[in-house]
Amino acid sequence: MKVIGGDGMPVEVLLVEDSPGDVRLTQEAFRDANSSIHLSVAADGVEAMAFLKHVGMHANSPRPDLILLDLNLPKMDGREVLAHIKEDDDLKTIPTVILTTSDAESDIVKSYQLQANCYLTKPVQLDAFESLVKSINDFWLTKAKLPQQRPTV
Amino acid sequence: MKPIFPTTLLLVEDSPGDVRLTQEAFRDANQDVHLHVAWDGTEAMAFLNRQGANLNAPRPDLILLDLNLPKMDGREVLARIKEDENLKTIPTVILTTSEAEADIDQSYRLKANCYLNKPVELESFEALVKSINDFWLTKVKLPQQRQVG
Repeated sequence: MKVIGGDGMPVEVLLVEDSPGDVRLTQEAFRDANSSIHLSVAADGVEAMAFLKHVGMHANSPRPDLILLDLNLPKMDGREVLAHIKEDDDLKTIPTVILTTSDAESDIVKSYQLQANCYLTKPVQLDAFESLVKSINDFWLTKAKLPQQRPTV
Repeated sequence: MKPIFPTTLLLVEDSPGDVRLTQEAFRDANQDVHLHVAWDGTEAMAFLNRQGANLNAPRPDLILLDLNLPKMDGREVLARIKEDENLKTIPTVILTTSEAEADIDQSYRLKANCYLNKPVELESFEALVKSINDFWLTKVKLPQQRQVG
């Protein structure tokens, strides 16, 4: 059975998040959960799209196996990033998980309409946040089958 | 936090053995799950569109969909769900024995929310159902909209 992150390939996760505190917590929680994860960070929506489209300084960026996307972002909103990803024939198969503080029903419905693969709310409590990152790792990077295609850059 | 409503799941699966195992594993994992079964793709669409005997069918919170089904293939069921303005927001998880890369890629292209392999081992199957429950029905926020039938 082929395992993501097997064959010496790290699991590539792109975190799109503008809060330095949340970035740090996510990095630490993934480090504890799965040492073969390589976490890249985009601090706003424009940088996320540049990373995914290999633009400018991101010419050699890896294709993520999974994207964790905040909704409220500077420059380009997370909803717009999500729409761009899911409209792009090359990017649309990358599972994109919304990770946000918003639990507004309108954000949840809108995200699923824009084809988010799933919607998670960021817990405020540190323990709960770490446990959520562990669940993301256990479910998406262990149980779920992700598309393997890695186009050469 | 206990849900007020039972969680409604639609399992689209033609193998009686797999249906039984899934029912039992959910019963162990979560008492609040109400699992409906459609035995082929046509029956699944009739359930979702409340046709014929399914006039009062509830809207599922989550769909578990096999790919290889009689009458209407799982890929076609998936495409129809995700093209329907009303149904497209229902998270649809592929649960199949196929490990073919072509099936994985095509399912994500057809907007499957997630793709899982059915393990052959009984214990692994039960563990997978438990993790579907723990992740999709506990951690994930699902759309709450429940249209009146």
